[in-house]
Formats: sequence, C-alpha cells, structure tokens
Amino acid sequence: MELTGAQALIKSLEQQGVDTIFGLPGGAILPVYDPLLDSSIRHILVRHEQGAGHMAEGYAMATGRAGVAMVTSGPGATNIVTPITNAHMDSTPLVVITGQVATSSIGLDAFQECDITGITMGVTKHNFLVQSAHELPRAVAAAFHLATTGRPGPVLIDVPKDVAQSTMEWWYPSGVDEYDLPGYRPTVELDEAAVARCVALIEQSERPVLYVGGGTLKSHASAELLAFAERTRIPVVTTLMARGAFPDSHEQHLGMPGMHGVYAAVMAIQRSDLLITLGARFDDRVTGKIASFAPDAQVIHVDIDRAEFGKIRRPDVALQTDIATALRSFDAAGAHPKNLDGWWREIRTWQANYPLVYDEPEVDGPLRPQHVIESIARTAPAGTIVASGVGQHQMWTAQHWPFEEPNTWVNSGGAGTMGFGVPAAIGAKAGRPDRTVWCIDGDGCFQMTAQELVTARSEGIPIKVAILNNAYLGMVRQWQEMFYDERYSEVYLSPDLPDYVKWAEAMGCVGLRATNVKEMNDVIDEANKINDVPVVIDFRTDSTEKVFPMVPAGVSNDDIMVHPSQRGGAR
Amino acid sequence: MNAPEPFAGEQVHSPVRHHILSVLVENKSGVLARIAGLFARRGFNIYSLAVAPSESHARFSRVTIVVDAESAPLEQIVGQLDKLVNVVAISDIAPREAVERELLLATIKTDVANRTPLLDTLGNAGAAIVDVDPGAVTVMLAGTPSACDDLERALEAFAEVELHRTGRVALPRLGRNTQATVEH
Repeated sequence: MELTGAQALIKSLEQQGVDTIFGLPGGAILPVYDPLLDSSIRHILVRHEQGAGHMAEGYAMATGRAGVAMVTSGPGATNIVTPITNAHMDSTPLVVITGQVATSSIGLDAFQECDITGITMGVTKHNFLVQSAHELPRAVAAAFHLATTGRPGPVLIDVPKDVAQSTMEWWYPSGVDEYDLPGYRPTVELDEAAVARCVALIEQSERPVLYVGGGTLKSHASAELLAFAERTRIPVVTTLMARGAFPDSHEQHLGMPGMHGVYAAVMAIQRSDLLITLGARFDDRVTGKIASFAPDAQVIHVDIDRAEFGKIRRPDVALQTDIATALRSFDAAGAHPKNLDGWWREIRTWQANYPLVYDEPEVDGPLRPQHVIESIARTAPAGTIVASGVGQHQMWTAQHWPFEEPNTWVNSGGAGTMGFGVPAAIGAKAGRPDRTVWCIDGDGCFQMTAQELVTARSEGIPIKVAILNNAYLGMVRQWQEMFYDERYSEVYLSPDLPDYVKWAEAMGCVGLRATNVKEMNDVIDEANKINDVPVVIDFRTDSTEKVFPMVPAGVSNDDIMVHPSQRGGAR
Repeated sequence: MNAPEPFAGEQVHSPVRHHILSVLVENKSGVLARIAGLFARRGFNIYSLAVAPSESHARFSRVTIVVDAESAPLEQIVGQLDKLVNVVAISDIAPREAVERELLLATIKTDVANRTPLLDTLGNAGAAIVDVDPGAVTVMLAGTPSACDDLERALEAFAEVELHRTGRVALPRLGRNTQATVEH
C-alpha cells in the first residue's frame, strides 16, 4: 500500500492508539493536516501552541498515557518549547510533532525555518529529524517507546514538508528490535544484593520515612506503596509531584515536605534515621540547604534513572528499578523496621502542635484562598482532577486539597511554568471526560493562557476555573514582603483589570464572581450545576495572605517558619 | 552523627584529575552536538575530544573524551552520558590503564641558522618531517600525550610555529579490566 508521508504519520499515530492530538496547523505541517480529516483521531485546535503542549501534558498526567501535540515549524515550534521543557523537568510522557521546511531548504534560513531539534536537544529525552517518508513509522514507534518507558519524558519528531509529501510503501515496525535504538535499554535487571542492603537498612531503622516522589506515580506503584506502608507502619510524605500517590486521609500520611511543606512532614525528614526515597530527586525545594538536609539519615534511593544517584545526595544504597518492583521486593523479603511507637509519638506531637492553619475569613470578605480551595474540594465529586498554575495558589492547593488517588493532581513542578493551569486542565478533561476537572488558578497565571478557554468552549470541554484573584503576582509579592523590606516591585496587577467575568463571557464561558463567604458558597454551587460549558469564577481573595509554613530558599529545613499564629513555641 | 558529605565538586571517585571515556555512539547527525551540549549544560569540563569511525564504522563511531573528573563526579558524567539515546556503550579508562596516543603536526620556519638545532630536536623527539619547502618544514609526531607535550615545549625555541594536536585517543591496556564499563 503506497501512502504519503503525511498519511503514514497519521496512520502510525493510529497504530499507537492515539485518540487525541492537540495542535495548530501552519505552512510546513499543512500536508499532515489533510489526512487528519480522514482519521478517527480527535484533533483539538488550540489558540496558541503553548496551549497545545500544556494540554498534552495535562492529558498525560491525568491518563498516564503519552500526550500528543502537533504544530508547525518556526514560531509554532518555538512556542511549544516551554511545555517541552516543563515535561522534561517533570518526566511527563509527551510526543511532539513539528513541521519543518523542506529538506532542500534546511540551513538556508527559509521562511519559518528554525533548528527545533537543536533548540530542544537539552529539553527532550530524545528528538528526531526525519529524513524520509519510509522512516516515519519507525520514528513514531520509537518516539512513543522512548516517551513512555524508563524515565518518561518528551520526544520531538521534526517532519520536513517534502518528507510528508513524498510517498512510501506502508510498513510498521513489529517490535522494539526494529526501532533502531541500540543505545536505549530502559530496564535493568533487579540488583538483589542492593535489595538485601535496603532490607538490612530498613530492619535497623527506628525513625524511617517513605520519601515519595513523582516516580512513584510514573511507575503506577500506589497499591504497592499502600501495602508496604501499612505492613511496616512507616510514615509517608508525598512531594509536590507525588500528591495523590498515597491517600491524604490515611493516618500514616504526613503530607507534603519542602519549602511549603507540612511541619510534621518536614521535621520527620529532618529527624529521620532512614529516608526510603522512591522516585524522588532531592529537589532544592524539598531539601532546603542541602548540607543540613536530613543530617542523621541514611538514604535508600530507588529510581529508574541511575543518573539521579548521588546527583544531590549520596545514597547509602542505590537501587535502580521501578518503584513498584522495589516495593514488592522489600515486601517479599519481609523488610520491617524496629518498633516505631516512639517515632510516631514524636510525629503526632508535631502534627498536634503545628497543623496547617489559616485565619478565618471575615464575613464580608476578602476571601481566604485556602478556605476557597477547601470549600471547592468539599463539594467536588470523588475522583475530581485538579490542575493549577504556579505560585501561591499552587502551594495552597497542594496543601489543602484532599488528594485520595493517583493522577488527580496536574501541576508544573520542576519548571514552575506560570500559565500551565488552564490548558493543562483542558487536556486532563479531554483525556478523562468522565471526571470533574477544576483548575485552581492565580490571576497572574490566568492572564498568560486564558485564551485556551475559547478552545475549551468550542471543543465542548467543560472545565471549571477558580481564579484566586489577589490582584498580585502573589508569590513574588510574598518574597518582596518578607525578604525585600516590603518594597513591592512590579507585582501589582489590579483586581478589576481585566474584568474576569466579562472576559469569561466573551470566551463563551459562564463567568461568576464572589467577594464574600456567602457569595463564595453560592457560586461554587452554581458552578457545580454547570456541566456543558466552561465556568470561570473570580474569587476576590486577601492580597496579603502568605503561604506558610515556609523554608526560605537556601535555609535549613530546621529553620522552618510556621504560620504567625503558631509562633512563640508549641501550644 | 552520620552527616552527609557535600557531593558537588568533591573528588571522591578518582585519585587522578583526568579520566578517559571511550564512548561508542551511533553514527548519526547531531550526535556530537548532543554530547557537547550535555557537557556544557551540566557543567562538565572536556579536556580533549576525538571522534572517528569505529570498527563497525557504518553504524557506530567512537568518541574519546578526556574529562575533568574534578568538575563533576565521574559517575554523574557517565550516568548522564548514558542517558543520551545515541550513546551505545561507555568505557571508563583510568589513565594508568590506558594506551593513549596523540598526533601532533607543526610547521616551523627554517633558515640556515636553525636547521641543525631543529633537526636535533626532531631527532630526539622521534618526530618525522612530512612536508618541506625552501623556507619551512612540517613535522609530525604520533606518540604519548607527554611526548607531544615535550616536543611542543621544545619547539617553543623556534620562530613562527603553527602547531596542531588532535587530542588523545585511547584503548584499555591488554589484560586489564576497565572501570565502570557500561555496555548494553
């Protein structure tokens, strides 16, 4: 069967089971958009290529499958570099297809030419510049294999226009052996000696902590984690990227560690004698000052990526495998720590003395952002997926939203990409239409990518967006208040400009506003009743509210700042 | 107390400053850029680099990288390098366990006065004359890096020298095992 390269590309995506592509056409990718008309694959037409990338990320994080985005060459390609970088930092499986000028024009500064494989070399797991139509099926199959196995990540396929237009005899690689990846071996044999050393460390430990990172979600190890934790009674902390990997309602869950972590989670790590590190990478937002991070702890580091071992903290035992396999091997060996009663008493005291708190809102407003989040969560159905942008609202959501199951938290961790929330929520809803999807956003983030609500409305993707409108770039404002003598530089945004309700309505969404607690409850109820179009709610929140606890950058976790009402010693 | 030692910049893996990585890579366009880009963005220092087709030259090339093992722990460099999809195998060769060679080419202006000392210098170094014209000679030395260092220093006594070195290539000494070989 003779196909054009374009037809072969679409057919290859169908072979991979792709059901949704997020994209925007242009000159160089034009040939590929023609056979798309005849395909069963749903294409979601975005309003900006950055939106396509973040939607594909949201889709991937909510479904556990690779997200797919397709854009044209030049500016289309560069506009998607931010999502690619974001996916690279958070190990999100992504396949990005970019159009490229014809092979005869490459290197000649042709119209809309850019070296996108060169640009994305450092922010992709791998990329391909496809040289012939015959190679397209192999490139697609290899891209999905690379994106989804081992440590997941973004893979880019650059397709020159003449490659899409030329013809090939259809074929599809039958298996990994035909992917032409002689240097890629994502799985390694389990190191039984290392497992035995892990077990020995666990058996000696009196103050162990399960330090659970995003890799635990990537390896679908929540069930194994629950079984291991319950059998051993070891306390659990889940990082920003691992929220949902272990139920927040579980009595062994201490919450999120790190810069804005729960006091008990931070202190448990600091006083631990054994960190059982599961797919986490000792990020500076978790460790604070590295020299004083968990000073008494021995470290078991389990990761699929051996380059993480010793990158930041030297492990006592490194175990290169996926998290589920590691936990099963610990269970098989019957690994059990010493009696943890004393350790738990210490932890319970921290929890009792320093819970997450915030001041009650005044009846007439302004609203407290944490209260808004908790009020939305209280009325949201089980399994609701929550997305966020980056900043204060993200930290409050990570702290106060009750995460109970995997793949319900969609956020930008490593890259900290403002504007991630709205498109990521759209992608999550496209991938999981059966779920309610809320985006808890900030007013600064919302203004960066809000135009994608036009996409959501026209494609029939009814997400709900809560703007915690404090009229500031709030996190930067918080740092300026605390560390720059309240000298506020370029952080004020205005609560009324733009008018978020009118803007939402202009984009075909329902726009609502709440300035006090009664209105808040009313608009949440109203939003919960709307399931056909996107809803945007402008919640007017207190500009001066800050995220606590806080470990300032470069400071030891021991010097964690708790909420002002908790200062002056334990109550 | 079991305080962790700071990791970055600490020389714990190798008693010597330089390490030789013999890296087998796919012979595809952009592979060298991927390696160079990785070293640049991770802050690993390259001391010298040589690339040539390998024994199975149609498909693979061999890149010999002399790395500064003080700029980052060697296991970090090897671990990150191994993640490049086009990298097929990495052998880490300690300098004392390697056979290392380098090629030096130099052009020197000649006149009646310097001809004799130049020929002495070349003779002592074991260098050969590979090109001659009435006012200059081009000489070459294929030897150990230190032999090339010696000749380079000796040639400083002569005027108007243009000198090129290839960077070293290396293979493990026979009968010894390489350290931390990552073969897939």
